[in-house]
Order: sequence, then C-alpha cells, then structure tokens
Amino acid sequence: MSKKNSREKLYSVLILLPSIILVSIFVYGFIGTTIYSSMTDWKGMSANPVKNFIGWDNYKTLFTSFIQIGFRQDLVNTVFYTLILLFGTLILGLFLAILLDRQVRYEAVYRTIFLYPMALSFIVSGTVWRWLLAPSGGLNVIPTWFGGEKGTFQWISSKVQILQFNWQNIFQIISALLLVIFIFVLISSIKSGNKKEKIKYSIICGFFALFTFVVLPLLPPPLAEKEMHGFNLATIGIIFAGVWQYSGYAMALYLAGLRGLSGSIRESARLDGANEFMYYWKIAIPNLRPITMSAVVIMAHISLKMFDLIYAMAGTDNEFTGHPSVRMYTTTFRANKFALGSAMAVILFLFAALFIIPYIIRSHKERG
Amino acid sequence: MKKVFAIVTIAALVMGSIFASGAKEASTMSSVDENKVTLNSNTPKGDLEIFSWWAGDEGPALDALIVDFKGDYPEVNLINATVTGGSGVNAKAVLKTRMLNNDPPESFQVHAGQELIGTWVDADRMLDLTPLFEDQGWLNIFPSDVIELIGTDDGIWSVPVCVHKSNVMWYIPSNLKKWGVKVPKTLDEFFAVAEVLQAKGIVPLSMGTTWTAVENWENVALATLGVADYNKLWNGELAWTDPKVVEVWENFGKLLDYTNKDAASLSWQQATDMVVGGQAAFNFMGDWAAGYMMTTLKLAPGTGFGWANTPGTTGAFQFLSDSFGIPKGCSNQDAAVAWLKACGSKSGQDAFNPLKGSIPVRTDADMSLYSAYSKSAADNFANDDIVGSLAHGVVANEGFMNDFNAVLERFNESRDAKSAAQASKEIAVSNNMAN
Repeated sequence: MSKKNSREKLYSVLILLPSIILVSIFVYGFIGTTIYSSMTDWKGMSANPVKNFIGWDNYKTLFTSFIQIGFRQDLVNTVFYTLILLFGTLILGLFLAILLDRQVRYEAVYRTIFLYPMALSFIVSGTVWRWLLAPSGGLNVIPTWFGGEKGTFQWISSKVQILQFNWQNIFQIISALLLVIFIFVLISSIKSGNKKEKIKYSIICGFFALFTFVVLPLLPPPLAEKEMHGFNLATIGIIFAGVWQYSGYAMALYLAGLRGLSGSIRESARLDGANEFMYYWKIAIPNLRPITMSAVVIMAHISLKMFDLIYAMAGTDNEFTGHPSVRMYTTTFRANKFALGSAMAVILFLFAALFIIPYIIRSHKERG
Repeated sequence: MKKVFAIVTIAALVMGSIFASGAKEASTMSSVDENKVTLNSNTPKGDLEIFSWWAGDEGPALDALIVDFKGDYPEVNLINATVTGGSGVNAKAVLKTRMLNNDPPESFQVHAGQELIGTWVDADRMLDLTPLFEDQGWLNIFPSDVIELIGTDDGIWSVPVCVHKSNVMWYIPSNLKKWGVKVPKTLDEFFAVAEVLQAKGIVPLSMGTTWTAVENWENVALATLGVADYNKLWNGELAWTDPKVVEVWENFGKLLDYTNKDAASLSWQQATDMVVGGQAAFNFMGDWAAGYMMTTLKLAPGTGFGWANTPGTTGAFQFLSDSFGIPKGCSNQDAAVAWLKACGSKSGQDAFNPLKGSIPVRTDADMSLYSAYSKSAADNFANDDIVGSLAHGVVANEGFMNDFNAVLERFNESRDAKSAAQASKEIAVSNNMAN
C-alpha cells in the first residue's frame, strides 16, 4: 500500500465517519430500540416505565387475538393498497409518458399539470378528495349532469367487502400465490432453455405444491375460529386519490427514460417496418426496465406511507380503510400501548424490507 | 489502517460520552418528588405556558378566560399553546411526546376523569390539587358527584372549567309537528316513533363518525341499565358479559337500524345539519350542538330547535368536562396555581362558558349571562343524577376508549350483541378496568 493511497483512504473514512455514526445511532440504533420495545410489555406514560421482556407475546396478540382482527384486516388492506397503487401509477404514468413522448404541442404545460399533484402534501389532496368523495356530493353528482341518476356509492364509508377469504387459510393462500409466481418463472426458464435454472425452479415449485396441498392442510389452523377478510371497497376512493397524486411522478420517470433512448433505435425500428405500437411494446418498454424497477420500489414505499392520506380522508377510526401505520399511531399515542405499537412498526418495517431488499441485492449484482 | 481504527474508536467514544451526559441531565431533571401542589403567598410572575386544543370556534372563550386571568395576575407572561383538532385528537399526541421528553407545559387541558387518571395520574405525572380545592372552598361549591368523578382515593387531579352534557336529543319542533310525532321519552317509544318516521322516508336518527356512535352507545347504555347499573359497569361491579349489557348492545343495534347509511363519512356538524335540514328527525349529541345551532346556524333555542334528554335517560345528566391540571416537573408552579385559580373562579367560569356554550361547574354562577339552553342544562346539572361519559373520557381510560372504537365498528358490521359484549370484556380486562 503506497503512502498516498493510505492517506486517501484515511480521508475517505474520515469524511464518511460522521454519517456512519449518525446513521448507526439514529437509524439502526432506533430500529433496534423499536424491535426491543416490541418484545416488552411497555405501556403507559410513566416517567420511569417498567419494561419487562415478554418475547413474542405482542406479535401473538396481533396475529391471534380477537381484538386485533382490525390489524389483520389492515394488513390485507396494505397488500391491496400497495398492489393497486403500484399498477395504477405505473400503467397510467407510462401511458401519459408515451403520449407526451410523441412531440405534442405545449408539452411542458401538460408535463407540469400532470406532475403538479405530487407537489401537494397528502393532507391537502386528502382533504380535497374527501370532499369530492362525500356520498351526497362531489363525484356522485356527476351523472346528474348528463341526466342520469345520482350515484349512490358510499366511497369512503362503504362496508362492502369482496374477494373474501378465511384467515385460517392464510398460509395456504400465500404458499399458493408463491407457487403460481414460480410456475411462471419456471415456464420462462423452460423457454430460455437454461437447464440449471429449469431444475432449480422445478424443485421450488414442487416444494410449494407439496406445502400448499399436503403439509399445510395437515397442520392446525393459525386461528381457532373462522375469520373473514377481504378487499374493502371503501379503500377504492383512497387508492384513487393516491394514483391521482403519484401517476404524474411515474410519468416523469418514464418520460426521462423514453427521452434517454437513442433516436437511432427508433429510426432503425421504423426502417425495419415497426409501427408506433410495436416500437413502444417491443423496444421502448423492455428498455425501460431499470426505470420500472426503481419506480416499483419508490411507489411501494409510498404506499406504506399512506398514513397522511388515510388520516385526512377517513380519519383514524374507520375500520374499513385502516392501514397498519394508522393503527400504530392510535395504539401508541392514543391508547399508550407503546410495546404493541412498536410491534406494529416492526411488521410495517418488514413489509418495506420485502420490497427494498430484493432491489438492493439486484442493484448490487448488476454493479458487481 | 491501524490509525483509521484508532480514530474511529476515539470518535465513537467522544460521541458516546456526549450522549451519555445528555441522558444524565435528563434523569436529574425528572426527579421531582413533591406529590401535592404547594400554595404560598408569592406574587406569581414569569412564563406560564398553557397547553390546550381550544383553537378555532372555542378560541374566543379561551381568550376571554385569559383576559380575566391577566387582570388578576399582570406580571405573568402567559404563553397560549394550542394544537388544533376536535376533542384534542392531535393535541393529546403532541402533549405525550412533550411529557416523554420531560418538557411539560406548566398546565394543560385534559378531559376530566379516567382519561386524565388512566393516562397521567397512574403514570405519577400529576400534582394532587386537594390543597388548592380546600383553599378555594371548591369542595363545597363544585357538585360532589363531579369531585368524585374527577378524583381518586389519592387526590383531586384537575380543575374543571366547563361542563357539557352528552345525553341530549335534538330536534326541530315544527318538523315533528309536520310529521305528526311526539318527542319520545323511553327507548321503546323512540323505536315506535322511528318506525313511523322511517315509513315516511325520513331518517329517524342522524349519526356521524365513530366517536359520535360511541356517544350514542353510552346514551343507550344509560337508558338500558339505569344510573345505578351504569355506574357499576364502570367501577367493575357489573360484568361486561352480563345479560343486561348484552341487552345494551341489542338496543344499540336496533338504534343503528334507524340511522343514516353514510354515518361514517359525516362530521357531527353534518349530522346536526341533517336534522336542521329536515332529512332526519332526531340527533343525539353533546350540547356543543346547541352552540353550533345558535351561533353558526342562527336558530333560536326552544323555537328554532328543541331538546330533551335522550330516550330513557330522564333524571340523569351524562357529564363531561374540560379541565386543567399541573404536571410534575412544572417549572413555574406559582403561575400555574394562579391559572387554576382563574379557571375555577366565578369570574373566570362566567367569562368562559357563555362563549363556549357550556355550563359552569360552580353552583353559584350568574346564570343570567347564559342562553336559554344553558339555563335548562344548568338546572338539570343541579338536580339530576350525574354520571360520566365514555366517549369523552370520564369513565374509561384511553386504552379502553381506543379499543372500544374497534369493538363498536365490528359490531356495526356483524350486529352480534353477544360477541360484542365478550369483546368489551376482553378489552376491559386488558386495559385494567375489570378482572
């Protein structure tokens, strides 16, 4: 190691040091504290709180107790919030980006208009959308402009639940979903003819099939009683507002990507006889994959931070539009159950990790 | 490389010692062990921060109280810290983070009763105000039922500023005449009247978001159980799974059948608007609705709008109260005590309450300053049995109140009275309110 080299290393370490220390205390230290709190029985506002270590009891309460049915429904809601927001913003954003990519006049004006909602905070847009979705006014009135009947859909207060399933079968459902995903992966690996992958994915599929149809039905169900959960129609209004707010952002990401594609690709595609649709479908969209990847991560973590939007649109006590983050807030700061609230925070944290860790691994692989 | 590690270690140690010393400082600050408020003859001066959620509509009433306070204590620099949000939804969370940081305001607003006791007194963070009550003679001037509801065996914890009644039923007299119905006195009469109204396409009872449903639940509970059993339910003598309590849920379920379908998306004002607009016949709501109808909607009490006790609760006054207490670690106790004296004084209460639309706690207030509605409420307050409200924190701690919202929402969907009673029992046990 030359002298100059080691000195440079020293400088770089010194420059990084403050942020390493601060991040380790304020991010990882606090995550650690939250995880520890979630395993205690800390509740109440005492100046010297008693925190007895009780292991997994809080998590057990969240996943099995009758009172916490609402939390389990919140988790189901989160899955739908995340998936629909993800697909909604990406598809709409891509669509808008393609429209703007086609050299329209006043493009900058449209771009600003589409991007503008993102500049608003969730609280502002949430308040506006709450008014627009009030059952006796707003969107429900629109049909009357065309001589139709006034809409009757109870946007945020609807109690209708579709796609119901029994929580007792939750593991079978998850395992079956994973099976379906890996069957698709298997098919694509068969198509590509990679032998090693083919064997690997066949084994995984076999494992999940065994799990779904043989192992899990033999195990006792996670709950003693039947408990139905599903997709609450009341969440549609909130998802709507979220998609409205963030599709412009997805558009901006995609538009930058489309502009980044070299013009010669488009030219040569045209020379080879591709029409506009073929160009986007076969050439542009596959080339936008890295953008889609980062957009998925960004949108997924936004969907986990919907607290403000739900708070503004439905309040904290609407059981049908609930989200773990809202329940975490009320459990911690209203009911003073800090340990239970921490457990919810940890589960939410794991949910976020579910999206972000694969992304980090992938980007590392690409770099390496 | 060794050098690098040395530097890293040194830096870590330095940072560590900084944080450690910070922690030390915090722990010495919180070690105040006086349990009772101390009275002396010092002239109060210096900064006094009072923390409340009285902004917006309630702002003028608080301002009037502050003017009254400043007249008596000109040397105190009063800092009025408000956090907006009805019923203190946001203020309470802000207060909690401040208290956890050992940065309490000198005095803060809190719902009198278990909401204060369960959260702050159990956490040993409040000063006992008994000496102040004795000094000011409030033990004789405030109704004894109230003192019992806001105190524990160990002391009295806050000074109530205003009293509201939660078991009031509102209606528009001319509308009832038009529809040919009378004001129902019992739950059965109410259900009979509701049937008639529903047949005419009128919503019998308008309701708003969850907390208004909790208020209606407590009204039905009081009507079904009566005063004695209602009180027993809260002190743990009556089991939540008792058949009488199951009957409360059954009655509440019946009541829900006569409410508007969009309840969850309406504020309490919008629910009141339904009655005023003639879409609905009745509304059960605390008596801030009187202030809303008189001040905002310009209706005359008695003729423009009418009121009665909610069905089946004649002779009972479901009480809630906003109050101020002093937290331990308060840095200017003299000024805080002066503030509480103003809150409990005749001139303070008579400045504040007419503007807020509430009634004074004092039995010797000058009632000529108050509206026709407030006069009738004050009359009830003086003569009726006083019981506590659940929705506004008199009878249950915050943990129970929070979980009860979920139980009620579930019941709203399932309408299973037995399982709701069972769930209520579970949350009562888990929140230390029953065994």
